[in-house]
Amino acid sequence: MTTFQPLDVIRVSATPDKADAEPNRDAEIVKLIDVSNCTGCKACQAACLDWNDKRPAVGEHVGIFENPLDLGPDMFTVVRFAEWDNPKTGNFEWLIRKSGCMHCEDPGCLKACPAPGAIVQYANGIVNYIQDNCIGCGYCVKGCPFNVPRVSKTEQVAYKCTLCSDKVAMGQQPSCAKVCPTNAIVFGPKAQMLAYAETRIANLKSRGFEHAGLYNPQGVGGTHVIYVLQHADQPELYSGLPANPAIDPLVQAWKGTGKYVGMAAVGLAVVTGAIHHLVFGANRVSGEDEEEACKLVEEKRV
Amino acid sequence: MSFEVSRRHFMRMAGTGVAGSALGAFGFTEAEAKTAAHVRSFKLAKATETRNTCPYCAVGCGVVLYSRGDVKKGERAEIFHVDGDPDNPINRGTLCAKGAGLLDVVNSPTRTKYPQVREPGSDKWTRISWDEALDRIARLMKDDRDKNFIATNKDGLPVNRWTTTGFLAASATTNETAFLTYKVVRSSGMVVFDNQARVCHGPSVASLAPSFGRGAMTNSLTDIKNTDLAIIMGGNAAEAHVVAMSGVMEAKAKRGAKLIVVDPRFTRSAAVADLYAPIRQGTDIAFLLGVINYCISNSKVQFEYVQAFTNAAYIVKEGYGFNDGLFTGYDEAKRDYDRSTWNYEMGEDGFAKTDESLQNPRCVWNLLKEHVKIYTPEFVSRICGTPQDKYLKVCEMIAETSAPDKAMTSMYALGWTHHSKGSQNIRCMAMLQLILGNIGLRGGGVNALRGHSNIQGLTDLGLMSNLIPGYLQLATDKDPDFATYIGKRAFKPERPNQMSYWQNYKKFFINFQKAMWGDAATAENDWGYHLLPKLDVPAYDIIRAFELMSQGKINGYICQGFNPLLSAPNRGKVQKGLSKLKFLVSMDPLQTETARFWENHGEYNPVKPEEIQTTVFELPTTCFAEDEGSLSNSGRWIQWHWAGGTPPGEAKRDAWIMAQLHNRLKALYAKEGGAYPDAIMNLTWPYADPDEPAPLELAREINGYVLADVPDPADPAKLLLQKGKRVTNFAALRDDGTTACGCWIYSGCYNESGNNMARRDTTDPDNTGAYLKWAFAWPANRRILYNRASANLEGKAWDPKRKLIEWDGTKWSGYDVPDIAPTAKPDQVGPFIMNPEGVGRLWVRGLMKDGPFPSHYEPFESPVANLVAPKIRGNPVSRVFKSDLESLGTAEEFPYAATSYRVAEHFHFWSKHGPINAALQPEFFVEISEELAKEKNIEKGGWVRVWSKRGSVRAKALVTKRIKPLLVDGKPVHVVGIPLNWGFTGAAKKGFGPNSLTYAIGDANIETPEFKAFLVNVEPINPPVA
Repeated sequence: MTTFQPLDVIRVSATPDKADAEPNRDAEIVKLIDVSNCTGCKACQAACLDWNDKRPAVGEHVGIFENPLDLGPDMFTVVRFAEWDNPKTGNFEWLIRKSGCMHCEDPGCLKACPAPGAIVQYANGIVNYIQDNCIGCGYCVKGCPFNVPRVSKTEQVAYKCTLCSDKVAMGQQPSCAKVCPTNAIVFGPKAQMLAYAETRIANLKSRGFEHAGLYNPQGVGGTHVIYVLQHADQPELYSGLPANPAIDPLVQAWKGTGKYVGMAAVGLAVVTGAIHHLVFGANRVSGEDEEEACKLVEEKRV
Repeated sequence: MSFEVSRRHFMRMAGTGVAGSALGAFGFTEAEAKTAAHVRSFKLAKATETRNTCPYCAVGCGVVLYSRGDVKKGERAEIFHVDGDPDNPINRGTLCAKGAGLLDVVNSPTRTKYPQVREPGSDKWTRISWDEALDRIARLMKDDRDKNFIATNKDGLPVNRWTTTGFLAASATTNETAFLTYKVVRSSGMVVFDNQARVCHGPSVASLAPSFGRGAMTNSLTDIKNTDLAIIMGGNAAEAHVVAMSGVMEAKAKRGAKLIVVDPRFTRSAAVADLYAPIRQGTDIAFLLGVINYCISNSKVQFEYVQAFTNAAYIVKEGYGFNDGLFTGYDEAKRDYDRSTWNYEMGEDGFAKTDESLQNPRCVWNLLKEHVKIYTPEFVSRICGTPQDKYLKVCEMIAETSAPDKAMTSMYALGWTHHSKGSQNIRCMAMLQLILGNIGLRGGGVNALRGHSNIQGLTDLGLMSNLIPGYLQLATDKDPDFATYIGKRAFKPERPNQMSYWQNYKKFFINFQKAMWGDAATAENDWGYHLLPKLDVPAYDIIRAFELMSQGKINGYICQGFNPLLSAPNRGKVQKGLSKLKFLVSMDPLQTETARFWENHGEYNPVKPEEIQTTVFELPTTCFAEDEGSLSNSGRWIQWHWAGGTPPGEAKRDAWIMAQLHNRLKALYAKEGGAYPDAIMNLTWPYADPDEPAPLELAREINGYVLADVPDPADPAKLLLQKGKRVTNFAALRDDGTTACGCWIYSGCYNESGNNMARRDTTDPDNTGAYLKWAFAWPANRRILYNRASANLEGKAWDPKRKLIEWDGTKWSGYDVPDIAPTAKPDQVGPFIMNPEGVGRLWVRGLMKDGPFPSHYEPFESPVANLVAPKIRGNPVSRVFKSDLESLGTAEEFPYAATSYRVAEHFHFWSKHGPINAALQPEFFVEISEELAKEKNIEKGGWVRVWSKRGSVRAKALVTKRIKPLLVDGKPVHVVGIPLNWGFTGAAKKGFGPNSLTYAIGDANIETPEFKAFLVNVEPINPPVA
């Protein structure tokens, strides 16, 4: 009998945080991406497309291995390839990193989201977008320190990796982790994954990667997608993985205020309006905002 | 999206929000219910699951097909999801990008759905019925056969061959379909008969068999995890055999194993390597002979193994020698050697002479030392362009595995085979692994990673010009009678006590003939010896076929799941050849470029249909997901799969099509008579439905069955063999016509205990990776070939931690099925039971056309001269047709060293038919270094023209640090990488392939084209006008 306990909701966008009982975090899960085991085969991308019934347009080759070129409403994960001549060893290294939603413990997108119920965080750590509740404003993109969410131009709603919440709910692992042939993506209970990461780091250190380490940034309260990196002291080498990701202070401020406003038991539409009023001024989501959000998304996509 | 719509959307949300808000403040109960309901419903609920095998490379990953509707219940079944099979020990639920995108190929919009014909000169297809298509093809075949059949040669010898219509067999059909295809094609006398192995792993057979006795990957895919050192050289597993990397990564994680990658490019495999060393393509022999030299010079040799299990001590005949890059007996005019001196000194007892002290200067060991001594690190570096420090590091790491408790696994593929000396590339590794004592061990071996899901099976089943199933050989004009034919092949032991298993050749041949012709093969007619065609040339391989075609000497060609317009060398020549055909038949689940060679696709296929008079038939076939049967993976595992989907449109199984062709030909001969109908009329056809032989009926023929009761010699009241039963294995076969067996090495796959290929028990005691109860492996379910060599002369494991089989004083037993007679005494019978010597061959006598040892030769097109022997161009004994010789360019005109390969996102020209894989790597590109880009003013992502003496392509440029110029004999050599996964049909962008540029000269032993080394020039060009 399947239960949905792991999906117990602990946070909902534009909605007051639960004040009473501590959420049960025993079911917290983590997806560990061990870049040192990744050959960049893109099986994760293919499996992601297959499972989520997405088919991005056939693009073009622009002189790099990435394709599609970026995350999109039809592509929740992109394997990125960075070429690096290691000045210390004189050896070339091909640093390959699967990118996508990090499922932050402190999700900037959720905090930035003005639409009630459009973004939720489950007790197991998964941050999910509920497209039926999404208004397509693009603030999640602004709120995300990893530049992950993408707004569909045709549907006007935001998409990103769900960590296959539908599979996790059935006790299965996400498609990318299941398909990965080289154990570069593994999935399981948080404690188990952290312990496993330590064995991988020790293995890398034994091979001369003295700065091998874990990427689980505390600026966002830690993430539920973590990386083992050969050069954890230089995460930027991996196609710009931010060294110290943090939620935009603007978003932080807004969420802090919003929280109290939210506690007043008023209609959600009013709450939304109030948040907007407090943070962005008197306008409701206007054509200009909309355009700006789209522009923002476009810019980030390059 | 307009603002209006989005605002409406927002308002709608706001409205519904009001109702929920009151509850929101009191807790999340409502919100939880709401969001939980928003978790996407699990899409596999109520789906039908069917076990199948991935149709791409030969790793043999299990897949599960999820369908709505159940084929087994006779329902229409639509496949809507494909996933890795978690039970399959090879992939354990994982897949690569190709496997994960399979759904889109099964459901591709460019699947073939209806038979159609393109009439001469026409620019379009016309849909026709199956009956019309098959009747017309059978008519064309019979007319051509009757007109051109060669019943006897000029000496009056029955040769019964048909050379004017050819057949290219598939690489992904089931073994059962393959056997039926063999029966139908061979019974017609066709000799222009090949499969994908010719352009693929042919050299693996031509090198591993002379070295070890069998031409197959020595270990299994599930054994790689046992290694201490993996070397990926002559291949790129992370790209072309992705799931094979799982074993490497497991060994690295759990055993602290290391990975070395040697490649002209820093590949995806190199991305996870401990050591990467660059090498110029086509110089692997120098590299590896240098490693052998290093190991011998530094005493990094497993001497006990070498003395016991190799021919190191064998004394070579006087006369044999090597000078200036040539072995004794070279005839320049014939481009061939007289190999008569390439043999051992034979004693009067009929056995080869040996000197166990290894003192005799003519013993193989001393000849080897002498042969490799020029390959010093300095010299290797000059030839290969590998920096010396990197090279020495590689040598050191490899040499460490000479310790009895260390093993290295070699994982290679077409990076070694696609050369005019491809077989000798592989030979080097075979020799190296023998001197390191790494053959027969867990975690060791020379592991040929085959490139198509059933290319191993198709080769095992003999679908090549010169083969009979089970690696028997077609007779030639030099075998006028049965006794001569058998005498040359049934080798007697050449050392005392050895098994020399080919002594049984005659038995296996008779069983094959009985499977083919039943009662028409009798002792009186030499088991129907003349029913089979005889060859007048070594083989009518694909290169010869297109040469003959371009000369107008072939009229009909049938491509079964084969796309030669893109996969045969020198596309211009292929195009010319196809245009001269009277008829071409394409049987394929996808719309191939070959079937459309007459269609104008702008610059991608600039032909004028009105000038092409070939009649072309396109026959739609099922794909893997809609067919049942077995596939043999690279590690010789024969895995059964089941149909999970309903074929699209009017697509039919290949077995049905082959049966239709045979039945129609047979009916025509019955009615009209014609050239030598005997072999066609007498072909066994024991099928419940003659129109569609069932997979298990064919599996029975392959396994072997009893034709007449055989009494038990020990107790005449009992039966040893009972008529009608399937034989237990090849040991039960008899040479008196009482048993029949289509392919002796597969015997045991479907015996009376059931369909062993369908076994799914994942038991694996002590996690050795053997999985003896999963599927079936040839021969006799052995998982690691030559496994007796894992133990010393006392029969104890060299490395107790790596125990495989051991001798308990009376018999062999262990984790694997012993690859030796169970009671063969360890100090008497050698582990290489197929070789008459019983040992592995460091020196292969006259078994290879280009030398008993490998020697460095440059590719036919090379940026530099051969430093060992400057006058020799290419492999001195490769066959070269005049037109191909004339098509060769020089380094002056074409200064850059090009190579070709697959990318991880695509399988050949198949996966581009699926939108998922098309999106992951959409467009043809070429790879060049930053240095070359700078020199030629080429921008990253810019357009370039790449051309050779034979053709020109246009591509996007991928400028990368992963390719660096190599310093070869003091001068820089630039490498240009050209992947091959695009064409002009399918979902990806239209593009070219490297075969527009490559030449049609192949390996000296087996004619596998030199696709991996050729010369090109490169220049930036303007983007094409949209």
